[in-house]
Amino acid sequence: MTLEMFFQHCFNALTLGSLYALIAIGYTMVYGILRLINFAHGDILMVGAYFVFFGTFAFGWPWGLAAILAIVGASVIGVAIERVAYRPLREAPRISALISAIAVSFFIESLAVVVFSGQPRPVVQPEWLITEWQLGQVRILKLTAFVPVMTAILVAVLLYVVYKTKPGLAMRAISKDIETTRLMGVRVDNIIAFTFCIGSALAAASGIMWALRYPQVHPYMGIMPGLKAFIAAVFGGIGSIQGAVIGGLALGFVEIMAVAFLPELSGYRDAFAFVLLVLVLVVKPTGLLGERLKEKI
Amino acid sequence: MLEIRDLHVRYGGIQAVQGVNLSIRRGSIVTLVGANGAGKSSIIRSIAGLNKTISGEMLFTRREGDTPVSLMGLKPEDMVRRGISLSPEGRRILPHLTVEENLLLGAYTRSDRDGIKSDMERVYELFPRLRERLWQKGGTLSGGEQQMLAVGRALMSRPDMLMLDEPSLGLAPLLVREIFNIVRRINEQGMTVLLVEQNAYAALNVAHYAYILEVGRVVLEGTGQELLENPKVKEAYLGG
Repeated sequence: MTLEMFFQHCFNALTLGSLYALIAIGYTMVYGILRLINFAHGDILMVGAYFVFFGTFAFGWPWGLAAILAIVGASVIGVAIERVAYRPLREAPRISALISAIAVSFFIESLAVVVFSGQPRPVVQPEWLITEWQLGQVRILKLTAFVPVMTAILVAVLLYVVYKTKPGLAMRAISKDIETTRLMGVRVDNIIAFTFCIGSALAAASGIMWALRYPQVHPYMGIMPGLKAFIAAVFGGIGSIQGAVIGGLALGFVEIMAVAFLPELSGYRDAFAFVLLVLVLVVKPTGLLGERLKEKI
Repeated sequence: MLEIRDLHVRYGGIQAVQGVNLSIRRGSIVTLVGANGAGKSSIIRSIAGLNKTISGEMLFTRREGDTPVSLMGLKPEDMVRRGISLSPEGRRILPHLTVEENLLLGAYTRSDRDGIKSDMERVYELFPRLRERLWQKGGTLSGGEQQMLAVGRALMSRPDMLMLDEPSLGLAPLLVREIFNIVRRINEQGMTVLLVEQNAYAALNVAHYAYILEVGRVVLEGTGQELLENPKVKEAYLGG
């Protein structure tokens, strides 16, 4: 492999990893607070992508506007899912909420098939994103630079919210002790809704960029990225935002590089993520940055 | 300030509190003393909205001259907004947050930045050791320091009534004395304090008025001094 090829792969890995990272953050934040795997999270990605598709294609809105409205719309749906499918089960055994999450996931996918039809639809990429920069022998699609930069900005904003604002403080407190946090006057339901709002917004942002990169939308497009981002979150240590980012990037590199160096295995590309999951669960179940969960006394 | 009438509370399947009457005067330290399972914590947790009450009435008068409001059926997150703050049993410090963040969480319902800052200063004056630990994670503090942080955190909402659930639990005698001295100091600055304690001697010493509970009922009440001298109390709670 030439050095130029290697750099090319690095950029691709960074882009894919960024997309995984954005989705993984939503899994990890919801898990951190509710100890729930939100299986409908991947479908939010699909919803965001569809909203942009309709905004630009059907209504002819400019890309930026369509993207912002899609993110807002997906956040509303994320919050609604929590309200309808998870909040009534908060005192129930954890397995009930998990089953509810799987049901919501199927529901959204089936609804999308009914409403949008199962037919994949092509997404028109904006001109400026598909031009290339030429750096010596390396050609970089502007989109592959746009995705990591956008991701970095979103993650920076997220970390600011979580570590420097009052709702962020409440979020971190809830993740360890809901009862005490309530005693301090925190309206826990609102903070949980806010968490779903943020997670869904990031998933939608990822979905939109996903639709730009692999320019089509279809009702099941969220499943694979959702599953892989979940693996990324587990790899990074579920519950940790930094872990989700690292896990997402790592998974992007594993996938791209494995295929780049072992092209004969390219048919197994999707399997790498799951092999990684098994390895993590066997070797270090808490992930890279995860804490061992202490049972509450 | 707080009148509790005929309170019944169920906790963990048993009727933990069976018709208790309490009266807490403004500006006083009132203590509930009793053995494990006497219902002390159930009462204080009911006032804080953490335990569901079955029946009874709790009337709270926040400021002198206000009309009393019922606390029945309120949620814990509403209580601090009404001027009642609880430092829970076992301290419940958030171990992954810094000392400063724990205190800020205590001030969650407030938005007056300057007031929060000056109250934080006040907490550091009461507990100078917390100032040294400002940036340390709550989980790295010693038991005594955590208790100080828990009391400080409860003060940060600027309550009108402070409730302390077992503040001496698991602390060395010297630290117990320190905590109780501070409770007295806080009270001298005008705070009404409701104190739940197993350490009867220390609690009765600091309290203006005390209730002794056994299996969910008040069996004795009186000023702290009266109860300290009461032979029954001496025998059952003060080691003869």
